[in-house]
Amino acid sequence: MTPEPVLSRNFDRLDAQSLAGYRSTGGYQALRKAFELGPVAIAAEVKAANLRGLGGAGFPTATKWGFIPATRKGPVYLVVNADEGEPGTFKDRYILERDPHALIEGMLIAAFTIGCHTSFIYIRGEYVRPWRIFSAALAEAEAGGLVGDHVLGSDFAHRIIVHRGAGAYICGEETGLISSLEGYKGWPKLKPPFPAIKGAFGQPTVVNNVETLASLPPILLRSGAWFAGLGTKSQGGTRLYSVSGHVARPGVYEAPVSITLRQLLDRAGGVPGGRALKAVVPGGSSAAVLRADEIDVTMDVDGLRDAGTMAGSAGVVVMDDTTCIPEALYVVARFYAHESCGQCTPCRECTGWIFKICGRILAGKGVPTDPDTILDVARRGTGTTICAFYDGAIGPYISYVEKFRAEFDHHIRHGACDVRPGAPASPLTGATAH
Amino acid sequence: MPKLVIDGKATEVPAGTNLIEAARGLGIEIPHYCYHPGLPVAGACRLCMVDLEKAPRPTIACNTLAADGMVVLTETPRVLDTRRSVMEWHLVNHPLDCPVCDQAGECWLQIYYMQHGLYAPRMIDDKVHKPKAVPIGPHVMLDAERCILCSRCVRFCDTVSGTGELGIFNRGDHSEIGLFPGTALDNAYSGNVVDICPVGALTDRDFRFQARVWYLDRAKSVCPGCARGCNIEVHTNTKRTHHAQGRRVVRLKPRFNPDVNRWWMCDAGRYGFGDVDAPTRLVAPAVRTAAGERPVERSVEWSEAVALLAGELQAGGPATIGAILSPGLPNEDLWLARRLLVETLGVRTLAVRTPPRTPGDADNLLIVADKHPNGRGATLLGLETGEADASAAVLEAARNGQLRVLWVFGQDLLDTAWPEADVASALDRVPFLVYQGPNANRTSARAHLVLPSAAWVEREGTYTNVAGRVQRFWRAVAPLGAARADWEILAEVARALGQAWRPGRAEHLFRELAAAVPAFAGLSYRTLGDHGAPVSNGTPTVAPGGAGGPE
Repeated sequence: MTPEPVLSRNFDRLDAQSLAGYRSTGGYQALRKAFELGPVAIAAEVKAANLRGLGGAGFPTATKWGFIPATRKGPVYLVVNADEGEPGTFKDRYILERDPHALIEGMLIAAFTIGCHTSFIYIRGEYVRPWRIFSAALAEAEAGGLVGDHVLGSDFAHRIIVHRGAGAYICGEETGLISSLEGYKGWPKLKPPFPAIKGAFGQPTVVNNVETLASLPPILLRSGAWFAGLGTKSQGGTRLYSVSGHVARPGVYEAPVSITLRQLLDRAGGVPGGRALKAVVPGGSSAAVLRADEIDVTMDVDGLRDAGTMAGSAGVVVMDDTTCIPEALYVVARFYAHESCGQCTPCRECTGWIFKICGRILAGKGVPTDPDTILDVARRGTGTTICAFYDGAIGPYISYVEKFRAEFDHHIRHGACDVRPGAPASPLTGATAH
Repeated sequence: MPKLVIDGKATEVPAGTNLIEAARGLGIEIPHYCYHPGLPVAGACRLCMVDLEKAPRPTIACNTLAADGMVVLTETPRVLDTRRSVMEWHLVNHPLDCPVCDQAGECWLQIYYMQHGLYAPRMIDDKVHKPKAVPIGPHVMLDAERCILCSRCVRFCDTVSGTGELGIFNRGDHSEIGLFPGTALDNAYSGNVVDICPVGALTDRDFRFQARVWYLDRAKSVCPGCARGCNIEVHTNTKRTHHAQGRRVVRLKPRFNPDVNRWWMCDAGRYGFGDVDAPTRLVAPAVRTAAGERPVERSVEWSEAVALLAGELQAGGPATIGAILSPGLPNEDLWLARRLLVETLGVRTLAVRTPPRTPGDADNLLIVADKHPNGRGATLLGLETGEADASAAVLEAARNGQLRVLWVFGQDLLDTAWPEADVASALDRVPFLVYQGPNANRTSARAHLVLPSAAWVEREGTYTNVAGRVQRFWRAVAPLGAARADWEILAEVARALGQAWRPGRAEHLFRELAAAVPAFAGLSYRTLGDHGAPVSNGTPTVAPGGAGGPE
């Protein structure tokens, strides 16, 4: 099943980065159509498309737009979350680098729909090349009258401000991103108020992911119903899956969200070298891990939720049978301990604590209660924090230990790994760098 | 006004009240660290979790506003369980160095651990180490390891003092409070961060290691440092007199008054109590006589001192008596001074204020330029006419040799805006200079009679603040040596002059003055209560900011 590409339609066209190249593929026709439709009809079309946010939370896009108060004083802002930092996820990078005008067009459509005249794009600090390419495309769009006082010659004015992050994962959390954009430390904000009521610079704000916005031109050009038909009952369209790890052909794959994880792995060539699949993380590092016998699940938001994990950012990380799961959890725990912003207590303290436990287990100094301590601390922390960061960390903490408990117990009992007996007890050393 | 039910008790609170305050109004304490009613909500500590009816999981009370029909439960099993967990997490990296921590005994980690923690410890890994005993300003010491990152101090400097010296640096469990580069925590209100720090992270450099807090006694008081009259507590150490270098008063703490100072006080007031236990304290009446070149000073009994003064007062007419009272004297003492000096003796050469050497500083928060606690009281009692040169006239009378007796209360006339030489020459012309005050100074050194009076913490009384609020202060310690309250001394002198005044209590004097002075009509110690009350023609103070309970 390889349907026609939607989001990746221009990924192989070298000229798509240029305005002329993008236009030659029908670019900015959707924007023209948007102006004809008007905001209400656009929102209805996006609702019909069953488009759900593709950054991680999977929230219905049209519903999110609908939270912007109808009567308001002052501006409303669109903020593009291009702080793609979820481990195992690199699909927004492809859009920024290979089809930047699709994003700009999507931004203009969204901005027009919510009545926004200034939008911000927050680009991950490490994404230097994507930033350069996007900025060049934006300059061309401005010169071409697509961004500015009269978009496409209309009365709709819009400007786009490019902001680069400085390398913090938490700034991909929408309110952390807003704090950082405002010039503050990238700490997530308390909710309520939600960004739609009081967001960037105190104004109503919609934060949308790159891929979500890039989905808008095809939806308007074809139809919401067409887009919805590509997916499942509760989520329309295709999405970009970042597949990495122990697969023959890692990379970005576009597929309808109704694809199963097994089908997706097959498209990526499966586990190479005759080795066996051991585990897959289906939606970025924050998603609970699936065992090899759990991959017959559809990759839509609800399908993966029902499987006890999440679609997240669609970063698919594949682990074969040479993987030491306690070591894998150590790597993940190190990431969350390093990236926790430290604002609220459960996340600040427990990400570090669990990382230390994992390190001790790997070093052969685990104690029998360690796995239960990890599980108990993680379970108690669920839903206790300001933002979803720690809930994201809990996904791997619990699932790795629960699903591969025997490996942890072996490390604790024998002080060594049973998966890779020859490996040193603690292949990874050092505390988190801060 | 939303009506809601908390733990089965119905209540109605003003719109905008959060659940911590709504519960507090019912006497229900929801434990919290980062929330403080005088600061913006941070929602960071996650300890104030409560259950809302139909909510899937507990939510933080600090950021939840009371709403009509809300049903709140603060003691459900899962709330208690969550609290226990949050307590465990707060202590994961805490050094548990309570035995050497100055906060011990008033530490909310200790208190809440006993109330809501009591878990079996299971953290066996190395803790994160951070800087300890770092002086971050003239008054405040930081121990970053003890810090629970509640950010109260940061928010105080951002929103109350407006000085913004502090931030939280680094991330995750390496986060720590610190100064922005090139700054120090050196603002006029820096000591407040010690008060609001719920743990031992920020301690008071002045009080550190002076006394264990469980040995301290507390008395309600009013700061005498300026005309604002911030409500305070005086903390005294009389149970372990070998501690704190023998100081009896070891620290002052702000006391919540919604109409005056809310939760705060300035550093000048907080650390301005040094005179109370200073070596300069006058502890016995003394008579100084000239014997050839050198004056001879000898301590005398009160009876002799009072008799001597009474004799001098009677020796000439009212025109030969001058008095410089003080806007630092409480209402009761000024009242008795008025009765004795003005009404009984008919003294007209009398003043209250002297010109300060340097103009007082002031700001928009608490600090008032008038550095005396009761200038308004002196005015309302008719002693302070507002004429700037009243005291100059007294000095002029002295200089002209018109005064036989000059009675100075508490002020050092040689530390004013007047040229010292002018003052000295004027005082030299006075045959009988009387100094009455708690501490020696250059004026007392010239006095022929020195009368030791009790410091404000050694007695009770009232001050009338800049906005006309009359506020009580209570006795915290006994007068040092033979010192007596100024009004007691005045009463003794009056008796020696044949007046039938019984010493009584300060409260009796206040009752008298309230009956006699219209501005104080209707006021009594009872009606003043802990927070005072405005005089009838005074404008009540309105403190900046919103509502909130004591913290």
